[in-house]
Amino acid sequence: MATETTGTASACVGPDGSAIGMPQLCADWMPNQIFWLLIALVAIYFVLSRIALPRIATVLAERQGTITNDLAAAEDLKQRAVEAEEAYNKALADARAEAQKIIAQNKADMQAELDKAIAKADAEIAAKAAESEKAISDIRASAVESVEAVAKDTAGAIVAAVGGQADDTAVAAAVDAQMKG
Amino acid sequence: MATEAEGGGLVFHPMDQFIVKPLFGDGAVGMFTFTNVALWLLLAVACVIALMVLGTSKRATIPTRTQSVAELAYGFIYKMVEDVTGKDAVKYFPYIFTLFMFIVFSNFLALIPTSFSPTSHIAITAVLGFGVFIAVTVLGFVKNGAGFLGLFWVSSAPLALRPILAVIELISYFVRPVSHSIRLAGNIMAGHAVLKVFAGFAAITAVAPLSILGITAIYALEVLVGFIQAYVFTILTCVYLKDALHPSH
Repeated sequence: MATETTGTASACVGPDGSAIGMPQLCADWMPNQIFWLLIALVAIYFVLSRIALPRIATVLAERQGTITNDLAAAEDLKQRAVEAEEAYNKALADARAEAQKIIAQNKADMQAELDKAIAKADAEIAAKAAESEKAISDIRASAVESVEAVAKDTAGAIVAAVGGQADDTAVAAAVDAQMKG
Repeated sequence: MATEAEGGGLVFHPMDQFIVKPLFGDGAVGMFTFTNVALWLLLAVACVIALMVLGTSKRATIPTRTQSVAELAYGFIYKMVEDVTGKDAVKYFPYIFTLFMFIVFSNFLALIPTSFSPTSHIAITAVLGFGVFIAVTVLGFVKNGAGFLGLFWVSSAPLALRPILAVIELISYFVRPVSHSIRLAGNIMAGHAVLKVFAGFAAITAVAPLSILGITAIYALEVLVGFIQAYVFTILTCVYLKDALHPSH
């Protein structure tokens, strides 16, 4: 503070310009302080309540609105991404199921064809086996017949060679009896 | 300067910084004289306008630095009113915000060297404190009628104790504006006086570095005190307002 030299300012200031006691308690100055304080407070109040506070409230509300909108948009996009992923997964699963179905179908078709072919081959094999069986039994029957004829002839020749009179009927009966035994 | 080394001795005048004097002419200080008090009060008004009006003039969604500070102050006091006093008290927010901005800017401007500190004067803080007291008391009676007196009748205490408690509550109620205003003025005045005393010691070369160090430390403390006192004044206003709106204990 610049030193006050006049000493006429107030009773609260000494002749050398320094304060007498506490300047805060000097009643001479209080009306002045209170007057200017009230002016300052009223000025601040009107400026704040008329201009500054509504403006800040608007700005804050707008910002809050922007943030809320952006968050909602982000949420929406996220939802759409999830949906797209679900659709993709579903398509993938469908394709897989379709493939499985086609594979199963093919397998069944092939199995049926195979079964048919096997059955046909079995039937052919059975027929062939039966034919062979018959041929073998024929051969066997003819072989037995041949053996009989040979035995009768041989028996007749043996009887003749021994010197007996070969009776064909008796020889045949004897051979038959022998072959049965 | 408040102190000057005269004839090798130290003379301290730590209270000279609080002298009110006219800025134009040497006449007596009348009610409407433009004094240093008026200058620094109007500077506080100018600072409030600069921050809250000019700083927010762009109305930007993404705020500039000044707008950020203005919004921070707004949000800080708005939340305080809402939390301490309740949602129904939000309509008194402009008054409380006015008090806070005025005190905080007066306190900070007072820290500029050779400035004048209005909030160190009891005449100023008493107007603020008693203003809050009268407003809150009138509001209490207007809102609650005679029910406002329930504030002094502690219904949760035993019946025999209630009259005694009522006397204590009454005394404490009327002490509120005194403590409310003296707390602010006392803190600011003491801090500034201490700064001046430390500055006085700087006249001695040997202790000057220590003195300057001390001034720096006290100055930092005073910045803190300047904000905290504004905060305390505001939150106490909120508490008193809550008593007026909801007087039941």
